[in-house]
Amino acid sequence: MRGWLRSDGRKGIRNTIIVTYLVECAHHVAREIVRPFEDEDVHLIGFPGCFANLYAFDMMERLATHPNVAGVLLVSLGCEGFDRSGLARRIEATGRPVRTLVIQREGGTRKTVDAGRAWVRATCDGNAALPRVEMGIDELVVGTICGGSDGTSGLTANPAMGNAFDRLVEKGAACIFEETGELIGCEHHMAGRAVTPELGAEIIKAIDKAARYYGLLGQGSFAPGNAEGGLTTIEEKSLGAYAKAGTVPIDGMIKPGTRPPSGGLYLMDVVPDGELRFGYPNINDNAEIVELIASGCHIILFSTGRGSVVGSAISPVIKVCANPLTYRRMADDMDVNAGRILEEQAGIEDVGAEIVQLVERVADGERTMSEALGHREFILNYKTFEPVGPACLPKSAA
Amino acid sequence: MKRPAVILLAEADNVLVTCRNIEAGEMVPIDGAETRIEVALPLGFKIARKPIRAGEKVFKLGMSIGSATADIDRGQRVHTENLKSDYTPSFTADHGDRFGQGETL
Repeated sequence: MRGWLRSDGRKGIRNTIIVTYLVECAHHVAREIVRPFEDEDVHLIGFPGCFANLYAFDMMERLATHPNVAGVLLVSLGCEGFDRSGLARRIEATGRPVRTLVIQREGGTRKTVDAGRAWVRATCDGNAALPRVEMGIDELVVGTICGGSDGTSGLTANPAMGNAFDRLVEKGAACIFEETGELIGCEHHMAGRAVTPELGAEIIKAIDKAARYYGLLGQGSFAPGNAEGGLTTIEEKSLGAYAKAGTVPIDGMIKPGTRPPSGGLYLMDVVPDGELRFGYPNINDNAEIVELIASGCHIILFSTGRGSVVGSAISPVIKVCANPLTYRRMADDMDVNAGRILEEQAGIEDVGAEIVQLVERVADGERTMSEALGHREFILNYKTFEPVGPACLPKSAA
Repeated sequence: MKRPAVILLAEADNVLVTCRNIEAGEMVPIDGAETRIEVALPLGFKIARKPIRAGEKVFKLGMSIGSATADIDRGQRVHTENLKSDYTPSFTADHGDRFGQGETL
């Protein structure tokens, strides 16, 4: 396995240029800049809001300095609230090529698009020469998420991904599971797996926060498709989702953008702190994927029963299909058929081992199905977080 | 021979999970007793393993997944019509089709 060494010592498994709009008003121009590069690793990301938000800034900074990212073009309209100079300075400090185009200063759409494409072309050519170095599994950060869950997700794909997590943690990787709103009902079991009682208490508090937050919204993280797939309640969905976390001890609880301080298993608390302010914590699966990537995930393991097709900008998504009927209908979108646990009596361990092998191949450059199909979804919204407390990361405090 | 129709996930459970599509009227063994399943059930759905009274907790994988809102007979489907969350209500929609539910495994 080989990766690209970045100045902070982390290694990337992709060498991607990102083009980032800093307000929706710059979205079209950024998209036009990227358009001729659709067969190359040039991805479009952005933040739509005009009001400045610390979470959005931090997320953008983590994403722009992610080890899979080799260069960044910032596209600003000129009058939005985003601190573009602050962001550019942070990126520049990492040694990455960065350029800011302000549409109002460049002279409008056409001139900005031309300047942007020229910069991307030159930066791609320059990055092609960057050497790859040896990389170990213990340098990988892997995230997990489930989307479009049904009654099979918790029986096949999620336990198989949990088994893969156990194996990856054993090999020294950092693994992150998340969506505290989809772990409601599992809080006491998770607390029992925490490496310290203080961490266990923090986990229970985080799930209480999620239950309160979703209670205020009047609707849990439960889509109509979940019920059509046989799931009845949020607790039942949680139980299936929780199987993704495997069986090893929980080493810490992080928030979006926090990097795991070492290998091990981490829970990400994705529900905002403070009063209910900006609506649903994560309005869709990609909002969760982006937060996992901001915490350094090189690869995302995505389980689906109903059949999701999404991928992501920046980090490859490995799709693990839980339902054998869905797999037959949508095989072109799926990397792993975990439904064979139901149909062919394959063991959860067999599929877990297959996932780990695929993680290693994807880390070494093999394209996932969603990558090959050009999926590069991205979404970033408003949130508010307080810093992670010391009880949440006992390993780094020691 | 047909594959098993249902699976018991944990000994403490009062529901079983379908591991293939089941036809209406099919006889399915529940703890050794052949039981008639009244409605068609897709893969991944739940049926009662024993009678469950309204207000009783429903257990799957050994953990509570909510409370029964009506009395449920052995072999009856357990879903939104008779089970509710103890945390937040589940939002459901009827698209008027049976997408994904008509295939046999």
